[in-house]
Amino acid sequence: MLDTADFSSRLSEIIAAHQLQEGPLLPILHDVQAEWGHIPEPAIPAIAQALNLGRAEVHGVVTFYHDFRATPAGTTVIKVCAAEACQAQGGRDLVQATLRAFGLRDYGTTLDGKVTVEPIYCLGLCACGPAALVGDRLIGRATAQSLKDAAQ
Amino acid sequence: MKIYVPRDAAARALGADQVAEAVLVEASRRGMTIELVRNGSRGMVFLEPLVEVETAQGRTSFGPMTPADVPALFDAPDTHPKAQGPVQLIPWFARQTRLTFARVGLIDPLSLGDYKANGGLAGLRRALEMSSDERMDEVKVSGLRGRGGAGFPTGIKWDTVRLAQADQKYIVCNADEGDSGTFADRMLMEGDPFTLIEGMAIAGLTTGATRGYVYIRSEYPDAIHQMTEAIRIARLNGLLGPSLLGTGPAFDMEVRVGAGAYVCGEETSLLNSLEGKRGTVRAKPPLPALQGLFGKPTVVNNVISLATVPWIFANGAQLYRDFGLGRSRGTIPLQIAGNVRFGGLFETDFGMSLGEIVNEVGGGTASGRPVKAVQVGGPLGAYFPASKFATPFGYEEFDGQGGLIGHAGIVIFDDSVDMLAQARFAMEFCAVESCGKCTPCRIGAVRGVETIDRIAQGDAAAMPLLVDLCDTMRDGSLCALGGFTPYPVMSALTHFPDDFARMKEAAE
Repeated sequence: MLDTADFSSRLSEIIAAHQLQEGPLLPILHDVQAEWGHIPEPAIPAIAQALNLGRAEVHGVVTFYHDFRATPAGTTVIKVCAAEACQAQGGRDLVQATLRAFGLRDYGTTLDGKVTVEPIYCLGLCACGPAALVGDRLIGRATAQSLKDAAQ
Repeated sequence: MKIYVPRDAAARALGADQVAEAVLVEASRRGMTIELVRNGSRGMVFLEPLVEVETAQGRTSFGPMTPADVPALFDAPDTHPKAQGPVQLIPWFARQTRLTFARVGLIDPLSLGDYKANGGLAGLRRALEMSSDERMDEVKVSGLRGRGGAGFPTGIKWDTVRLAQADQKYIVCNADEGDSGTFADRMLMEGDPFTLIEGMAIAGLTTGATRGYVYIRSEYPDAIHQMTEAIRIARLNGLLGPSLLGTGPAFDMEVRVGAGAYVCGEETSLLNSLEGKRGTVRAKPPLPALQGLFGKPTVVNNVISLATVPWIFANGAQLYRDFGLGRSRGTIPLQIAGNVRFGGLFETDFGMSLGEIVNEVGGGTASGRPVKAVQVGGPLGAYFPASKFATPFGYEEFDGQGGLIGHAGIVIFDDSVDMLAQARFAMEFCAVESCGKCTPCRIGAVRGVETIDRIAQGDAAAMPLLVDLCDTMRDGSLCALGGFTPYPVMSALTHFPDDFARMKEAAE
């Protein structure tokens, strides 16, 4: 899966880029996830050692934050706003319709690994809800169809 | 010809990028040279994408625009079906008092020249000429209170940090705007990022802090981009760095990105997150003003509090204080959202009644159905029924009605909303987002969902249990997450008892 030599050298670069910052752990984790799409398990002891932290401590941080993934997401990630302002505009129905549109029963990834549907709690698009994020594209007044089109 | 197409996230979510592209294509097709400015949003989300064209007569606006509307912009702007006239004459815009948001939408957000030409840096320049005591008095006299929601007097917080002795002090800007229904921080950072930089620089100058952090939630990629760029430009031009504007003390800052934890909007949890730890809440005392980031004296302020400081220093504290109602001084950027006809950001003096905001400014619901409930202040704010619409918008006034103004998000629901479902969501959200440090929040929220489910199934005995649970969460939680979740739950139960009783009848 991960080429060990490449992985280690890239990880070292990421760590080195942040090591002298105050509070470097979150910036490192963000970069690791940007590089590999998730936080690979072998990254945890390496980061812990570089920052002089316990493995449990780094693991605890990774698992605390919703953004960090233990496994890669689908090719396209659809985040549908599940918060109140979007609920007021039919957000609950949009979540259900979106899941149905991709043949999902609950939040998660389709069997072919192409699409992940997840909840997000507010994109700050509360006056043009319901809102969603498809990849890096923001969509206001979203419908299941507009999300499906954007995911193509 | 100068054409403005917002690059604000809400405008982009409604197609502003496609409109901007169409403008460029159309101009090139006609062999015209145009200057395209990606400005911030004027706040009228119901008109986005709102395009402005600068002519000899001034700026005039068109919206909501689609790519198909673009050619007519070049052919016959005067008779364009989407013509809205000059923005400052649109009634929704004209009735505002835009102080903090004066430049948002007006200028090119990343042009320091535009910023200065429109009053930028005047506040910092005046602050640099003042003595430490004078600067401190300016903030105190203004009556500015924390716009993040707690409403703590900004001057008192700053003075505590100023008087603390330490080798390093910090200014931390809380841009973890997680409350549903709020987007003022986002719009400000995307539309006028230099204002926030200037406000943080004045805070550093006043308190003796030399380092600043803007902690922005990861859900705001556009704001992260704009702030990062603005800081780079400010540093390049000597605004930030070893000496503020080349004459003051050192001050520099950087952006840090959150990782999807709502609780990190709580100040102590945010500090832990900045330090690279789990975003768990810290017990207070010690106050962050004395032992904050890395144990050093730290100002933690919301984006809007800090971004209002330059106006206060440029125009005088007394002038700012003259706006407002009771102990709520100045202006508040209301965010009118949810099921609303005219939604967006509306900055006004404190004191406007909730009913006026919802019905007159907001124009009622988008669906055209009657308004049933209005949640004010985010997921931890109370649901207000129409019978409380006379409440004037102010910290004490909302507190007196069993609610809070929070970060001034106003979410409107029509009569199709089920308030039991909203109460359940409040508990569910608290359970998902609880940091887990204190028991009333961690366990209480889970039990809250279960108890509301029992009520939904017609178990009347669960009702007093829910009230009791809410008391425990309110009095026993470490921070506002567990402590304020009872606001939406209890307000739903108190003001909309039918939604809880109806379920009971259905079960019988």
